[in-house]
Amino acid sequence: MSEPVLSVRDLVTSFPQDGELFPVVSGVGFDVAAGEVVALVGESGCGKSVTALSILRLVPRPGRVAAGSVRLCGKDVLSLPVDAMRRVRGSDAAMIFQEPMTSLNPVVRVGAQVVEAIRLHERVSAAEARRRTIALFESVRIPDASERVDSYPHQLSGGLKQRVMIAMALALRPKLLIADEPTTALDVMIQAQILDLLRELRDQLGTAILLITHDLGVVNELADRIAVMYAGRIVEEGTREEVLGRPAHPYTQGLLAAMPSRGRRGERLAEIAGVVPSPREWPRGCPFQSRCARVLPACAEAMPGPTPFSPTHAVRCLAVAEEARA
Amino acid sequence: MSATPSPILRVEGLRTWFPIRKGLLRRSAGWVRAVDGVDLAIPAGRTLALVGESGCGKSTVGRSLLRLVEPQAGRVWFDGVDLLALPERELHPYRRAIQIVFQDPLASLDPRMRVRDAVAEGMQAFGIGADETDRTRRVRELFERVRLDPDQIWRYPHEFSGGQRQRICIARALAVEPRLLVCDEATSALDVSIQAQILNLLRDLQRDLGLAYLFITHDLGVVRYLADRVAVMYVGQIVEEGETERLFREPRHPYTRALLAAIPSVDPARRGVQARIGGDVPSPARPPSGCRFHTRCPEAFERCPREEPLLAPTGGGGASRCFLVEAAAAPRR
Repeated sequence: MSEPVLSVRDLVTSFPQDGELFPVVSGVGFDVAAGEVVALVGESGCGKSVTALSILRLVPRPGRVAAGSVRLCGKDVLSLPVDAMRRVRGSDAAMIFQEPMTSLNPVVRVGAQVVEAIRLHERVSAAEARRRTIALFESVRIPDASERVDSYPHQLSGGLKQRVMIAMALALRPKLLIADEPTTALDVMIQAQILDLLRELRDQLGTAILLITHDLGVVNELADRIAVMYAGRIVEEGTREEVLGRPAHPYTQGLLAAMPSRGRRGERLAEIAGVVPSPREWPRGCPFQSRCARVLPACAEAMPGPTPFSPTHAVRCLAVAEEARA
Repeated sequence: MSATPSPILRVEGLRTWFPIRKGLLRRSAGWVRAVDGVDLAIPAGRTLALVGESGCGKSTVGRSLLRLVEPQAGRVWFDGVDLLALPERELHPYRRAIQIVFQDPLASLDPRMRVRDAVAEGMQAFGIGADETDRTRRVRELFERVRLDPDQIWRYPHEFSGGQRQRICIARALAVEPRLLVCDEATSALDVSIQAQILNLLRDLQRDLGLAYLFITHDLGVVRYLADRVAVMYVGQIVEEGETERLFREPRHPYTRALLAAIPSVDPARRGVQARIGGDVPSPARPPSGCRFHTRCPEAFERCPREEPLLAPTGGGGASRCFLVEAAAAPRR
């Protein structure tokens, strides 16, 4: 089997507070193969976005990657010199964000921003870069692409701005696209259009996608495999059918049961009591213990290792492990 | 299911336009027709959801009811009184009866005010509670009702989580004993596990206090779970209205159908949402002629850009603004 496009092992990313280092990502590992869509799912503060930023070495200071390894297209990302890293961003992996408006320069025409990205990485003429930009705009189905390249960001709708961001991310044909909540700011109808587009990318260009989101519906639409994160750790991973169809971790089960679409009218929704603890409140052992209905005394001692259900499906939970053993 | 009770609030022909001002003299250069002829009825003690995409005017409807923005035309009937016809002074008691909760609780709470005072402020304005001690007692009771710790009433907003802050905003709204609560994307910014807590709370409050809700949201999963009736809005107008289960099962308007087809499911056996319609929502400053949906409608025909369809009954107590639905529902002669 060929090497995965992305391979993350034992990643720890920490932020200092009051002179102490607190890990926000704590021992995360996963692979993304060519043409595969892997979703990192979890609620605010679970560390999914920081994981994505760590891969591209974009963690905002004073946070830093404290341990682990990231292999991207065969390169050891964490030990690359700064200028080599700059070349990796864009050509090996590119990233799109939730809010396209904050990622685009408001006073530069959108086409010129894509042209700039191309010419930073490749020696091509301005005319050639512009021709490629128009072709990219057409490929992400921006209507009237040859005119839209001369628009300013504020002249475009949210959906069109996200298409511009995707076009820019694709400009250098990256092997991996990291999409951080790519449709969260969009209405469902526009979301459906962007999901179509991302699917097409994967099918036609074989781009691997790391999808970061809290939205399980979006995950179901796009992902091949899912890793569920809670308080800096992956607590369950498996194929889409395994995680959404046969969730095994109490957190994954709770999350799915809390979805209003799973609720019955007139009946209470299943709640997960309490709130996500902040990194400085993370307990020893399993981070979900304070909210878990199946908590055992031993949960406070150490983070459990993975219990495998299939070659692709594994869960880190003591209660599940004991049940499997019995 | 029992019949829909008579409405606590009825909106007729509501029109809220915003002027577009241009140039040095700030002359009006046109209008954004945010709300353009909306009719609604909110059943007493029940929930009406107002749904639609960004910019459809749904939030402006909510704000117009409380006259946080001034509508140009229409009537808002509450207890047999037209709120839009009242002078500002006489509006006071109705501001107590109708309360609003917004999406972002942090923006709705003064960061320098202790939450006890934020919750008690409205009581004082409406003369509720004998004195400060009595109001403190009431704030503690309200905290218990929204499942917060009453010993935390003297803290500041930043000392609470997002979900807890939304509970504080709900407690503040309840403090003046309203009969109608307008929830404007009140759970949209919350994580799923926290959203479930707030939705359960709203459900319990409705059951215990007989509150009516106008639930303004873009989240159709929440709507199906929570609402008794749904009104779908598109470019300033209601295009379909009806009982929730029926509307989700048999959407009549092509826009409603497209909207429902675009909601992703979390069932792994069901995948493949459809972007049935392309393009973007037209600007309410330049609404399309005739039926406002004709520019994106897969079923539009020659009549649609020329004439404006009316919101007509579809049978089953619903209504739809579409010539095709109208033709299908018309009695045979």
